[in-house]
Amino acid sequence: MKIKIFFFITYLLFITSGYSSENQTKLLEIYKNLRCLVCQGQSIADSNSDFAVTMKLVVQDQLKEGKTEAEIYRFLTSKYGEWIVYQPTFSKNNFLLWILPYTALIFGAIIIFILVRKTKHNKVN
Amino acid sequence: MKISISKIIIFSLVIFFLFVFWQGLKINNNYDTKGLIGNRISNFQLNKINNSNQYISEEDLKKNTYTLINFFASWCSPCRKEHKYLLSLSNESKQIKIIGINFKDKKNNAMNFLKELGNPYDFVGEDLDGKISILFGIYGIPESILVDSDLIVIKKIVGPIDQVQYNKILKLTQ
Repeated sequence: MKIKIFFFITYLLFITSGYSSENQTKLLEIYKNLRCLVCQGQSIADSNSDFAVTMKLVVQDQLKEGKTEAEIYRFLTSKYGEWIVYQPTFSKNNFLLWILPYTALIFGAIIIFILVRKTKHNKVN
Repeated sequence: MKISISKIIIFSLVIFFLFVFWQGLKINNNYDTKGLIGNRISNFQLNKINNSNQYISEEDLKKNTYTLINFFASWCSPCRKEHKYLLSLSNESKQIKIIGINFKDKKNNAMNFLKELGNPYDFVGEDLDGKISILFGIYGIPESILVDSDLIVIKKIVGPIDQVQYNKILKLTQ
């Protein structure tokens, strides 16, 4: 019986510690994507300012209520604007920001491919 | 005259980046939440400062033609400066109801603050941990939000209310 209780408690501890560390990782991930509006270039994860501390409490509450990461960002964006998140959502105002790196990558690859082919062609000739 | 394609591409890129930088110079880098004018405030419940059994919610604000929600604290020095304008507003305008939200403060200090300077508020609520302030998009105090009976934000004042802001509030609510 004692062994059963021991295993049961160990199992419970294992489950809860796993859950809390998973929750902590999620919280940290969200904190890192939220800008501390009263700090110089810091996320709320890096700051202990009054604003950052309050914001962390609100995020914790919302996660406990079962809100998803996207829902939390949507809520805070509705209160503070797009500036509050480091990773902005895709919109017509910032589509270039999202598309330009990929376009540059594709064009770069095409240019390298053409140059390599040209050099090979010249060598053969 | 033959112009190579690569030169055209480089030239276009230079023009494009210069245009982006030029546009960037025109952007105002000072962050404020004034851009949120026109948004509806969220549902909330605000407990009275000296009686937590009494509270108001967004439903109570709908009964007012205009409501000025003012975040203040006894430890906030600019709040003292703006207080006379809040008192004038409460005396001069029948259209506006003023709700004070005491932000991260001690009850006694807040009550002494109001006793000393006068109480312009129709209701004084408390926000001990600051969570209510996030619901209203506040990031420092004093801040004030003017809403109409549909709970739409029609003015947001970041920092203390001065003579200019006071006149604007009166004009908007006439």
